[in-house]
Amino acid sequence: MSPFLAVLRRELRLAQRQGSDSLVALLFFVLAVLIVPFGVGPDPDLLRTVAPGLIWVMALLAALLSMDRLFLADHEDGSLELILLSPHPLESVVLAKCLAHWLTTGLPVVVAAPLLGLMLNMDATSLVPLVAALALGTPTLTLVGAIGAALVLGARRGGVLVSLLVLPLYIPVLIFGVAAVDAAIHDFPVRPHLLIEAAILLAALALAPWACAGALRHAAE
Amino acid sequence: MAIFAGRNLTCTRGERLVFRGLDFALDEGEALILLGPNGSGKSSLLRLMAALAAPAGGALLWHDADLRADRAGHFERLHYLGHADAVKPALTVVENLGFWARLHGTDEAAARRALERVALDSLADTPTRYLSAGQRRRLAIARLFAAPKPLWLLDEPSVGLDNAALETLEHGFAEHRAGGGIIVVATHTALDLPAAESLVLADFAPEAGADLLDDDDLEWVEDGTEDERTEP
Repeated sequence: MSPFLAVLRRELRLAQRQGSDSLVALLFFVLAVLIVPFGVGPDPDLLRTVAPGLIWVMALLAALLSMDRLFLADHEDGSLELILLSPHPLESVVLAKCLAHWLTTGLPVVVAAPLLGLMLNMDATSLVPLVAALALGTPTLTLVGAIGAALVLGARRGGVLVSLLVLPLYIPVLIFGVAAVDAAIHDFPVRPHLLIEAAILLAALALAPWACAGALRHAAE
Repeated sequence: MAIFAGRNLTCTRGERLVFRGLDFALDEGEALILLGPNGSGKSSLLRLMAALAAPAGGALLWHDADLRADRAGHFERLHYLGHADAVKPALTVVENLGFWARLHGTDEAAARRALERVALDSLADTPTRYLSAGQRRRLAIARLFAAPKPLWLLDEPSVGLDNAALETLEHGFAEHRAGGGIIVVATHTALDLPAAESLVLADFAPEAGADLLDDDDLEWVEDGTEDERTEP
């Protein structure tokens, strides 16, 4: 079995046994979106207007919530050293961990988003671009967040630091994700926004594993 | 010519000089015991030997080639057993070991055979959160047996082990060396390693300022294993 699959299987098993991380991210996402109507009032038109941005921002915060744990547990129990010492490219291990993180925290958010969209009075036609943009954007959130998580290993209050490091980098993903939904609402083409979102994902996919691996090697020294 | 050698090694931690001018040379089947008080740099030297960290001065050589030039190649031939057991409480014994076995290119069958050697086979499907500290240590040691590698770097492998497990470990040492393997072990307890060389790290310490607190001391307090260690 390739190291990629071995790591992926181990991470998914850990997520399934411990369960809390993925559940917390999903529950946070749902609750945070649901609580907003209590703040801004129940006006359906207003809710429809703010819904895409709201769902995106909450998805972004939900992704950050468990981000700092990505490498921390392995760092603390000595697994990270042994992974570094295994004769495999660290980049593939990082990629496997990111994929597992997205499957357990990002994917549930993508699945829950259309339900929340309906609840916030979004049109059925704009739900498809919302899901598509989230499906392309949330993996980027994980990959970029992983760089932050790797960089803050060994720092005190790493979780807060990750947010500070990574949130500004999430802005392009947020802009084009919301723009895709807005375009659908106003009958403009959705495709360009989704393509840009996909391009950002590809760039993150190509660069983030190397950046993470570099940061992890540094953390172990 | 020695297979694994260090020349004029210098190690620093933060601002502090830990040791300097350290040399060693190991050939097939040889063993090296690292001795010295807490904070004298035993763990640091093992991390240098594993190419996890870079020496501040000097060089580490495998067959006369610098380790740092081919780290992946070096990782291919070594087992490192650190203070931490790298055991995930949520996974079962065999899942924990099977993962490491797979990363090192063997399979779960090899992992199960290694578990038999450290007498954990009856607990193979138990989540490791139910294991005692000694059993977790045995599981960490089973990694050595699960995938054969020529170089073992062991940081206090005997911590928490009972007599039977210690015998298994020493038997493993003998077998490994008979097969041409090299062992470097940092220890505070007497281990049965016939004809092993000793390296007293205190001999290479700088003259003054070596009384600062080091990681060794911190971990001593944290993992609560004081009573299981005895000073040599």
